[in-house]
Amino acid sequence: MKVIVVGSGKIVYYLTRQFAKKRIKTMVVTPDHGEAKDLAQRIGTPVLEGDGTDPHVLGEAGAFQADAVLALTPHDEDNLAVCQIAAQMYHVPRTIALVNDPENEEVFQKLNVSVAISATRILSILFEEQAGFEEIGKMIAVAEGNVSVSEVILREGGPADGTQIKDIPFPDEALIGGVIRNGKVLIPKGGTQLQGGDRLIVIATEVSLDQVLHVLAGKGQIE
Amino acid sequence: MTAQEKKRNNSPEASFPANVVIVGCGRLGSLLASELSRMGSRVMVIDRNSSSFALLDIGFSGFRVTGDAVEMEVLQASNLTQADCLLTTTEKDTVNLMVAQVARVVFSVPLVLARVYDPKREILYRRFGIKTISPTSLTSHEFLRVICPDGGPT
Repeated sequence: MKVIVVGSGKIVYYLTRQFAKKRIKTMVVTPDHGEAKDLAQRIGTPVLEGDGTDPHVLGEAGAFQADAVLALTPHDEDNLAVCQIAAQMYHVPRTIALVNDPENEEVFQKLNVSVAISATRILSILFEEQAGFEEIGKMIAVAEGNVSVSEVILREGGPADGTQIKDIPFPDEALIGGVIRNGKVLIPKGGTQLQGGDRLIVIATEVSLDQVLHVLAGKGQIE
Repeated sequence: MTAQEKKRNNSPEASFPANVVIVGCGRLGSLLASELSRMGSRVMVIDRNSSSFALLDIGFSGFRVTGDAVEMEVLQASNLTQADCLLTTTEKDTVNLMVAQVARVVFSVPLVLARVYDPKREILYRRFGIKTISPTSLTSHEFLRVICPDGGPT
């Protein structure tokens, strides 16, 4: 397995170190002179100083024998060029690009980059999962901002999915004002069973809102 | 002009494209934008720096979009689906080549022309069906034509 990594900075350093441990033959192409020297000394990987979007440089890096090319520069246009040159001129079977604008992920796939990875998109997905709820929206502040009316959308498989309202350990200073299911409003009663996809209108004080989100979307326990 | 280009063009007899998008408002981009606008094209110029628009003719009657053309959002805001032709004239080859391909593949712009400085890259992008103009090749061609008028380049 032979891989060419184009880019600079920490990501290239750690990745190359990882590859070295797994005995993957790696060649780094980086434009910065100091970094090229530094990388070669620290990891002992061959480093070529140059512009990876230049077809000659990629050729010199051994693109004809490479199994994969990773383009990790901070510029989408450069990553695209690296992948396309590798695939078209050197027939590298696998090209992997980092995309900075998440919308370019789809564009890169249309332009025949094998894998396009958007750090922005991955982080935002992780963040949304971590936050635990699909969406909290349309907050209205009343009583000088001490009380808010918000819409909380229940996640399928979340802690409140399939639970009766009376069994939810709701804080005292909060109240479910309405449940919207399939466009119809249900008047919430103790026995109302909540479902994933329900939109709850929650009236709560500022302090209790966090707890509300916790019991509806988090682990279901008030700490 | 192909049949598809004619269909997009409002008046088939016109010798200039009806709707043009120009990416990069440097010396070349601003010159092209001003000329085409004077001929009667509807011109949309995109540049990252709004200060670049100062290079446009006073009489320029087109639209200016401030933004980075490698972002999809910027291209979407530039009405690319209506364009008869897109010219990319930024200083960076890879930007021109990316924008040109996106215009062709995603927005199906009938005529796409990219400025490419590096003749080595030019060969590659011709394979992708992008028409390119290389100032380097053109200039070298001219130099050679003057210094060896008989056995000059073919």
